[in-house]
Amino acid sequence: MEKENSSDSEELSPAVGIPAPEGAANLIDTDYQIGQDNYSTSKFGIAVDIHGAVFSFSSMVILAFVILTLALPEQTGPLFESMRSWLTSNLSWFFLLAGNIFVLLCLFLIFSPLGRVRIGGGDAAPDFSYISWFAMLFAAGMGVGLMFYGVSEPLTHYATSLGGTTMGENGVRTDWAPLGAAADNPEGAVRLGMAATIFHWGLHPWAIYAIVALSLAIFSYNKGLPLTVRSIFYPLLGERVWGWPGHVIDILAVFATLFGLATSLGVGAKQAAAGLHYLFDLPTGDTTLVLLIAAITAVALFSIVAGVDKGVKRLSEINMVLAFLLLMFVVFVGPTLLIATGFFKNIGGYLMELPFLSNPFGREDANFSQGWTAFYWAWWISWSPFVGMFIARVSRGRSVREFLIAVLLVPSSVSVFWMTAFGTTAIDQLMNGFEGAKNADLPLQMFQMLGQLPLTEITSFIGIVLVIVFFVTSSDSGSLVIDTITAGGKIDAPKPQRVFWGVIEGAIAIALLLGGGLGALQAMAVSTGLPFTLVLLVGCYAIVQGLMSEPRPK
Amino acid sequence: MYNKIMVPVDLAHLDALEKALTVAADMARHYNAALCYVGVTTSQPSAVARTPEEYRKKLLAFAQGHAPDNGHEATASVYMSNDPVADLDDILLEAIKELDADLVVMGTHLPHHIDAIMPATGSKVASHSEVSVFLVRP
Repeated sequence: MEKENSSDSEELSPAVGIPAPEGAANLIDTDYQIGQDNYSTSKFGIAVDIHGAVFSFSSMVILAFVILTLALPEQTGPLFESMRSWLTSNLSWFFLLAGNIFVLLCLFLIFSPLGRVRIGGGDAAPDFSYISWFAMLFAAGMGVGLMFYGVSEPLTHYATSLGGTTMGENGVRTDWAPLGAAADNPEGAVRLGMAATIFHWGLHPWAIYAIVALSLAIFSYNKGLPLTVRSIFYPLLGERVWGWPGHVIDILAVFATLFGLATSLGVGAKQAAAGLHYLFDLPTGDTTLVLLIAAITAVALFSIVAGVDKGVKRLSEINMVLAFLLLMFVVFVGPTLLIATGFFKNIGGYLMELPFLSNPFGREDANFSQGWTAFYWAWWISWSPFVGMFIARVSRGRSVREFLIAVLLVPSSVSVFWMTAFGTTAIDQLMNGFEGAKNADLPLQMFQMLGQLPLTEITSFIGIVLVIVFFVTSSDSGSLVIDTITAGGKIDAPKPQRVFWGVIEGAIAIALLLGGGLGALQAMAVSTGLPFTLVLLVGCYAIVQGLMSEPRPK
Repeated sequence: MYNKIMVPVDLAHLDALEKALTVAADMARHYNAALCYVGVTTSQPSAVARTPEEYRKKLLAFAQGHAPDNGHEATASVYMSNDPVADLDDILLEAIKELDADLVVMGTHLPHHIDAIMPATGSKVASHSEVSVFLVRP
């Protein structure tokens, strides 16, 4: 028996360079075997299975970062702030240009014959129905952001546009209005404010996600490479992606994801605290924030241990229903007609202003294009490994064209509708003389807007629950993705590793909030977004290269 | 006494399963029962196989190589999961019903404190299944 066993397991040991031919797909011929560089043990009572280099390097750096930030908040705070302003003022053109390239590539692929390639091979059937696919696409991408900025962004852009431009002493504009503003022209200010908001939440972010998701999906499902970011670099680096160049790419992806997530978690905690203060008069100090993050992280750990289907999927479904109810409430109780007509007007305004808003060079509105647009692009990019990998996992069996149309259009339209509903309502209230939302702190603005509508207690409470559940699902799926990357592409690594990353995410959010507030979080998201932008630009080349070598069904 | 013995296998960790496989084969011989090997895979490339189809072939080959010498053919069933680590216990419970197995032989690790928070798959299957479950310690 034993003898038979050992000879068998040798014969059956993982594919050594002989990929199984599958349907009409073009597997890459590589000797790499998933998990070959992994370190696995169950010596300490906890089973681990991790990629030695990627896991140890990224976890060491992150731990050191958390400890340093907590130990020296006075020194780190200003450091983060200057880092952020240097990056956004000197490199905003780079972020904007890269964003445009991603959108153009997506549009090109939709119309080119490459769009006929099917993710997962010519005969692959979709894993999920359209409805649940769309729901997951949307839930993945924005979550907390929509809650945080849904009211505050349209309102801010409207107010700054209405204020017109102001020149500082040295001839630099000191106002934060987009483009040339719309001084004393309320209608123009609404149009410009909404166009600017939609610009930040529409095609561009989703093109960024689509690029990451598509390249991961193609190289994993069609080429048979592990589901990690380094696989995208195979056309460029060949077998070297399994060595240090690949380790570096994966480590960058881990950093980007962790800090992008931490920003969202920090934003979420701030808003939840603001909501609790508004409803129950709880204090909003650091103690509340730390307790909130710790408590919500604990809930997230339960969801992590429960797994994808029992944890994050169920919570996302609950959240979709709650978000839809809140949206419908605002639509019907708010200025319904204005919102309905505004939806199409805003899309029109967005398309008209798009060329100017997305122009990377010679911008006169430095504050807006650097402080808002470049920051958003960096934030979306730092989120992209995480959202992209999630989208890749649920998109098997779709054709490239179908995939891109769905990823670009469905979530963008929902975002546009959300922003229109929340923004129009808030702007309408402002025009009718209610200044509460405009003068409130960013995290509080949504609750101020809801406060002007009936059933305030209920809607605000739903708002808080939404923020918290979005927090939990982000933390949960983020831990999954980071765990996959740090386990060398294994998606069946032991659970304690996921728990580790879940705890780390909470710890980073706490460390950064204490050591410099929201600015510190944003600074780190921007800094880790920068190197990952380079990764994505290479991804563009790899996608085209990868798709060219795939068979194209008629 | 038993007609169909289900044996969950993890093709990536066959060395850890040796004892369980021997026990299963001995039981099959003793009771003249059929063996059914069950494997769980993902649609993403894994350490064992780069496509679900490749995994299916490997499990089938494994089953044929591990048929008991009692005249019964060994069968193999593959289950797909998005998150095998979290869903394994549920999948195995479902497989017991679907395959109509009356005995499960599976390898498991030594008990640990951490089992209180994250119970081992074997113990969960044993506590939720109506059929007998033989947990083989390493």
